[in-house]
Amino acid sequence: MSTPLLEASGISKRFGGVQALRDVSLAIRAGEVYGLIGPNGAGKTSFFNVLTGLYSADQGEVRFNGQPLPLGVPHRIAGVGIARTFQNIRLFGAMSALENVMVGRHIRLRTGVLGAILRTPAARREEADTEARAHALLRYVGIDRLANQQATHLSYGDQRRLEIARALATEPKLLALDEPAAGMNATETAGLRALIEKLRGDGLTVLLIEHDVKLVMGLCDRVAVLDYGEKIAEDVPDVVRRDPRVIAAYLGTEAVDA
Amino acid sequence: MSVDPKLKARLGVVLIGVALAVLPFVVGASFGNSWVRIIDFALLYIMLALGLNIVVGFAGLLDLGYIAFYAVGAYLYALLSSPHLAIAFPQVFAAAPGWPVWAVLPLGALVAGLFGVLLGAPTLKLRGDYLAIVTLGFGEIIRIFLNNLNAPANITNGPQGINNIAAAQIGGHALNRPLELFGVMVPGVHLQYYFFLALTLLVIFVCLRLQDSRLGRAWVAIREDEVAARACGINTRNVKLLAFGLGATFGGVAGGLFAGFQGFVSPESFGLLESIMVLCMVVLGGMGNIAGVILGAVLLALLPEALRWGAVPLQQTLFGKVLIDPESLRLLLFGIALVVVMRWRPAGLWPSALRKRELAAHGEAA
Ligand SMILES: Nc1ncnc2c1ncn2[C@@H]1O[C@H](COP(=O)(O)OP(=O)(O)OP(=O)(O)O)[C@@H](O)[C@H]1O
Ligand SMILES: [Mg+2]
Repeated sequence: MSTPLLEASGISKRFGGVQALRDVSLAIRAGEVYGLIGPNGAGKTSFFNVLTGLYSADQGEVRFNGQPLPLGVPHRIAGVGIARTFQNIRLFGAMSALENVMVGRHIRLRTGVLGAILRTPAARREEADTEARAHALLRYVGIDRLANQQATHLSYGDQRRLEIARALATEPKLLALDEPAAGMNATETAGLRALIEKLRGDGLTVLLIEHDVKLVMGLCDRVAVLDYGEKIAEDVPDVVRRDPRVIAAYLGTEAVDA
Repeated sequence: MSVDPKLKARLGVVLIGVALAVLPFVVGASFGNSWVRIIDFALLYIMLALGLNIVVGFAGLLDLGYIAFYAVGAYLYALLSSPHLAIAFPQVFAAAPGWPVWAVLPLGALVAGLFGVLLGAPTLKLRGDYLAIVTLGFGEIIRIFLNNLNAPANITNGPQGINNIAAAQIGGHALNRPLELFGVMVPGVHLQYYFFLALTLLVIFVCLRLQDSRLGRAWVAIREDEVAARACGINTRNVKLLAFGLGATFGGVAGGLFAGFQGFVSPESFGLLESIMVLCMVVLGGMGNIAGVILGAVLLALLPEALRWGAVPLQQTLFGKVLIDPESLRLLLFGIALVVVMRWRPAGLWPSALRKRELAAHGEAA
């Protein structure tokens, strides 16, 4: 078997008295949709934050494409190909949808101060290309008609799509989605599911945090379960669903012990 | 029937160009040359406000010490274009340095830019109120340094300031002297006006270009959501330092122009109130929108002069005596204006273009 795209080993993270992550190791294969589930406060978002460099880990390391990931340096992590969305949507509110996606291109662009001021042919070409690509990405997620709307004026579901487009603009190899279906109605969730299928079809690896069990079980190739910062299961959805520790974690251990 | 919009835009530019070209003559003839001088100052304020707009308006970093960069540019120009150094250090300087303006201004811009980065570096992790307090402290430190750097070695001449600063020379002609052109006597203030206008247009051009670039977008992204900006791959440290540095650069240029224009600089021109004044120009006009910031700078630069000119006679005819002196009236109106704008137009008198674009998009859809 080939080496995994992403390999996290022994990640621990503590906030004061809370052990948000305890020795978490997991491996994500290229091309799969990998689910990360667990009860509220289990540490899923914390894992994302470590993975994308927003938090530094207390212990552990992550290898990406065989190389050690520069933990704690978000822009370099984006550079090597990990992009994310946020559980509580974080768009650039005053910007248009198009501009939001164009910001996502930042790390792939070269124009500096002088190039921008003189508007050199190279800068002009890059700018035109950025705009064209941003439009293409908006079309890809299905909201190009909203390109000139201010981000905050988009509907909830469209904002989530815009966040995905912005993440895709960084040209990631791994796309990490933090509860993308939260707050969506059934139609929007179905649309989201189709979008993730499309991403998979186009060869992208997806890491998905989701509370919607039906969505996770239907979509993911493999699923890991976090509980109190610990990984308690990792397998194909059908096996994870029957795992007694997982059931206990979701129903409450006390209930099972009693 | 309808006029080609491109042609219309070009016609607009030509009209504005003609208006700007004849402005000093019209104003000078109608109100006197002291008003041309006031317009010269308004141009300096436009440059300052546009510089601060990069830091506050684009990148969202509240800077209350911005006037320090103006001071750096002004003192650098003063030291290099006045006899002060030669008098204070006769062993080192045989004669007054007398640097040409085309060398002093870029140097001032560069040094001010370095100060900008110097201020930016330790404040990278700070935001909002904390950043405001640190930058405020920085501005005061620079002013206090200028005030006290006359001993043990007399570098800044302390509170007395530096005088006898040579006016900028272009083509061998000092800009504070009238010049005969095609049989017309052009006064010095007019020449300064054209000089300042050229540099102001350059500053506006640079701002417009930066705004519509990868860097302008990165600044606004940081302002809107720093965490998301980092996750999008923006190196927030570098991009913020760039904002501080470039903003300070404009301040340095304006400072140099100020020194050459006044012929005299002293620390009291660079107090906290000046920083706040420039900040108000940015906020009042429309943070982040270049046209709005220009409007804010012009309004706030002209307001006190208009009051000085109109308030006293007006009060005398109305009440028979002067109830509020113009200086107090200025602060009063200024306060009222700020409250009114914050209450009813929180985005400024002329907010950024996104809204307009959005309305246009709505119109198309309808
Ligand atoms: N920045 C922080 N400071 C302090 N504690 C934190 C911080 N971030 C997370 N935590 C704590 O770490 C634990 C794990 O939180 P995390 O957000 O990772 O959970 P989660 O699995 O994403 O939960 P949810 O399903 O509610 O989103 C929680 O107890 C939380 O309070
Ligand atoms: Mg979470």
